[in-house]
Amino acid sequence: MTAPYTTIIGLEIHVQLATASKLFCGCSTRFGAPPNTQTCQVCIGMPGVLPVMNRRAFELGLRTAVALNCQIAPFTKWDRKNYYYPDLPKGYQISQYDLPFSSEGWLDISDPKGKIEPRRVGIIRAHLEEDAGKSMHDEAAGQADSRIDLNRTGTPLLEIVSKPDMRSPAEAKAFLTELKLLLTYLGVSDCNMQEGSLRVDANVNLHVHTPDGNVPTPIVEIKNMNSFRAVERALAYEAERQWQVWQETGQRLGQVPKQTRGWDDQANVTRGQRHKEESSDYRYFPEPDLVPATVTAAEVEQVRAELGELPAALRTRLESTYGITPYDSDVLVNQGRELVAYFIALADGAGDGKAAANWLQQDVLRELNARDLSIDKFPVSAARLAELIALVKKGDIDHTRAREVVFVEMLSSGKSAADVLREKGIERVDESELEALARELLAANPKILADIKQGTTKAAGALIGQAKKRNPNISPNRLLEICLAIAPGM
Amino acid sequence: MSLTRADVEKVSLLGRLLLTPAELERMTVQLGQVVDYMNLLAELDTEGVQPMAHAIELANVFRDDVVRPSLPREQALANAPQHDRECYLVPAVLGE
Amino acid sequence: MTLLEKTATELLADLAAGRLSSAELVRACLEQIERHDGAVHAFLRVDSERALAQAKAIDERRARGDKLGPLGGLPVAIKDLLCDRDELCTCGSRMLENFRPPYDAAVIEKIKAADGVLLGRTNLDEFAMGGSTENSAFGPTCNPWDTTRIAGGSSGGAAACVAARMVPLSIGTDTGGSIRQPAGLCGVTGLKPTYGRVSRYGLVAFASSLDQIGPLAQSAEDAALLLEVIAGHDPRDSTSVPKEVPAYSKSVNKPLAGLRLGIAREHFAAGLDAEVERAVREAIKVYQSLGAKVVDISLPHGKYGVACYYVIAPSEASSNLARYDGVHYGHRTDVRIMSEALEAERAALEHGSAGRAAAEAAVAQLDTPLVRMYRQSRAEGFGPEVKRRIMLGTYALSAGYYDAYYLKALKVRRLIRQDYDTAFKDVDLIVGPVTSTPAFKIGEKSDDPLAMYLVDLYTVSANLAGVGGIVVPCGQSNGLPIGLQLQAPPFEEERLLRAAAMYQRETDWHRRAPTLA
Repeated sequence: MTAPYTTIIGLEIHVQLATASKLFCGCSTRFGAPPNTQTCQVCIGMPGVLPVMNRRAFELGLRTAVALNCQIAPFTKWDRKNYYYPDLPKGYQISQYDLPFSSEGWLDISDPKGKIEPRRVGIIRAHLEEDAGKSMHDEAAGQADSRIDLNRTGTPLLEIVSKPDMRSPAEAKAFLTELKLLLTYLGVSDCNMQEGSLRVDANVNLHVHTPDGNVPTPIVEIKNMNSFRAVERALAYEAERQWQVWQETGQRLGQVPKQTRGWDDQANVTRGQRHKEESSDYRYFPEPDLVPATVTAAEVEQVRAELGELPAALRTRLESTYGITPYDSDVLVNQGRELVAYFIALADGAGDGKAAANWLQQDVLRELNARDLSIDKFPVSAARLAELIALVKKGDIDHTRAREVVFVEMLSSGKSAADVLREKGIERVDESELEALARELLAANPKILADIKQGTTKAAGALIGQAKKRNPNISPNRLLEICLAIAPGM
Repeated sequence: MSLTRADVEKVSLLGRLLLTPAELERMTVQLGQVVDYMNLLAELDTEGVQPMAHAIELANVFRDDVVRPSLPREQALANAPQHDRECYLVPAVLGE
Repeated sequence: MTLLEKTATELLADLAAGRLSSAELVRACLEQIERHDGAVHAFLRVDSERALAQAKAIDERRARGDKLGPLGGLPVAIKDLLCDRDELCTCGSRMLENFRPPYDAAVIEKIKAADGVLLGRTNLDEFAMGGSTENSAFGPTCNPWDTTRIAGGSSGGAAACVAARMVPLSIGTDTGGSIRQPAGLCGVTGLKPTYGRVSRYGLVAFASSLDQIGPLAQSAEDAALLLEVIAGHDPRDSTSVPKEVPAYSKSVNKPLAGLRLGIAREHFAAGLDAEVERAVREAIKVYQSLGAKVVDISLPHGKYGVACYYVIAPSEASSNLARYDGVHYGHRTDVRIMSEALEAERAALEHGSAGRAAAEAAVAQLDTPLVRMYRQSRAEGFGPEVKRRIMLGTYALSAGYYDAYYLKALKVRRLIRQDYDTAFKDVDLIVGPVTSTPAFKIGEKSDDPLAMYLVDLYTVSANLAGVGGIVVPCGQSNGLPIGLQLQAPPFEEERLLRAAAMYQRETDWHRRAPTLA
């Protein structure tokens, strides 16, 4: 049975741009400073102050918009969004209204595990604005007052608004994951959700399938989602809630005012937020204290040329150049630009992309996670690991020993694979020696020999332990192959 | 009359002013006169005229992304009507 | 001639020659203020100790042979709208009665660096909103020529203190005529520079796209001296134009040959006082006698100027003044009393006879404590004219009205600018009246905001277009000064000053001072 409705999801993402100073003044944007120690007359909005736009913030915004395939406006201006809130000291937020610097872009999403269909999600616009401060209220302590910290006030934000193109919570999550990855590759934000560098609001409604066609339900905006998982859960909850409401009331889009609901992560529910009618009249008008900005087509092309290879293109290249699976390329690319560079050096050095991908995912990533390291701090260079992979390929050492003995030693000592092999006396055992050993063992174990002859080839595995005792350097696989080859003739 | 008392009351909330009934009455009359006068603008044909938000033709004015010292906290908070050692204080902000 | 009848330029020569010390001059100013400011009320605050200390320090440096800045110990009065870290900045408002900025405005920095002595803070219409200085929360400034009359505004204090010879130089601001109109009504010289000529950093904003800071003084020569100090690019003001500052004080006395003066027929239409018209036409004859050619021009959209201005200026103001909400600085209502009042309102609604559902709906519409704190604080902190303009601007920007008022006004603004561009193809300067009548009686228009706004008819267009203008005294009517306004293309302050100085070499209206009781 098909679902009785389609979920329609659009996202609004606020990203703090990775500038050193605020959007309109020289105060630091560093997170975690004691309250009200990173403010000045400009970001407090004291009488008489004026904003001056941070060039870097504009450039980072531009870079992101170009990477999101947006149209870049040749002329853009800033506007004031007027509303009263204690964490907004000027009584208005400097933002962009009718002429944002970018519009009409897209981002492709897919999932190698096949949980969602590939989809192109449209971007309505991306614009620059300033962040507000924080109001803190400790109800538990019975405080009569709220406390206001303006450290965050004036931090540059990029607001990215998607089209309502997503059809499930999983797609929303995939979009966010891909967007975060893109932003990370671009180096425009640290995307730390815990520190508020990336914040997500969602607009969601249903298209209910009826015999008379699809009927849209009222759109609800969801706020307060503090992780991608929370976004996914909140959207799932909200779709189900709206379905219940539809069944009870039959309310359609336009019949009730747009509602804002907050996600309660503990209770796993969304709750309606107080919303006065007048509060949405923001009285936008052009910011008289800032002049417009212009961007030429040549400047856009320059930005495009300097973007570097972005995740989607990189995945395709890794798959075609190194013959790895979409799943592998996804895992590698999702780890970031530095790890991909390591992979490429490893695959090129070892001359085997597939083996490089396996080593990276099984051994390197495990070690990075266990030690909580980033790849640039990893003790074994790509060149040295490539050397080890090459030795395994050549048959100088078997894969298991390479991982368990040599790699472990390389990690702790920083030595090269060749040095470890030499020190440990590991060397290739030649074919004639292997064959002699195989004959000897088969002869000494007539039961096993008989089993093999009768077709129970796995019986040969029991010989490995004995073989290893005799000569730890033997390749178990090769020995087995030889045993199976010579047994019929014995 | 272009402006009603209800309009004025609504605008007073938007502009965060509390007007007494007498002020509201007077404001309705006075603003009404001014707004009527402004309707003079309507007689001009401005089809195709670019709005002029600035008196100057400057564009692309930026500053470098350089951190400068912030105000000492005591100075930042010095003019606040109510504050503790760290923060500005306001009547409880609850779900607004 | 007494000391304070001298112009700033003359006083500067005396200071440089050692015939006068800055401390002596400051003392003379303080005595004049002491004697007459009770009647005039040009100053909100005078910090005599600080001024004398500054003057003495400058005198000592001069005695040591140090090179001094171009103001060389001359006292300057500052409109109480510019931030000075050593001063309160009240903006003529209860809202900022105790506000002490932690920083200096660009213009204050420049005056300090130029060795000007900051004498005191002058009165103004609250947040510069008004044309009479009657809107000051601290009482009106009176016209030194007739203290029952207005000094003009909003820089009423700035004009009156120069007119009353309390200080040789003063700083005003002009958003719709606030330097030129009081200069005209008080009989002093006042210049509104081109938008972008002087940094607005540290000027408490009224209408950001219109505000400009400028000098008031006895003569064009003096205005040139002060403008040269305060003009110039400032990276802290994005709308400040990176253009060289000419040496105004060097060129001011060079006459302009072949001057073409534009006379806009709209400036001499019905409503212009006959005496004012006569004085202005006399002044034009003086120019003609100096070889100027008069050209009839038209500024066809000028008549929309006031309507356009009273949409744009209040709109910007409604946003600029949103920051005064009783949270980060400025006045906050007594929250305890406010909360009790709010509770009483709630109780009244709940026990009203309207029925349960209606009562609940009414209670839901009641302000939250935070919203009420904002509204009550602002109601207490702002005076009636500021409230009117906040209301007007909020209305003009609100949903449903934006296109009809604000956007329309921005388009009309472009047409007004184009009028100037067209006119300046044929003329070097536009000459005309600054006000339609001499100073009116205090209280005369208090209850009629629209009549008050229409006073700005001849001045608002320059702000909308962003061009500069200067006003010089050009006559009197029943002992009240009349001003002549000259307007020039953008960044032609030099032309304005030279033309004004030409006139002042031929006349002595600017040397006349009122007789104070």
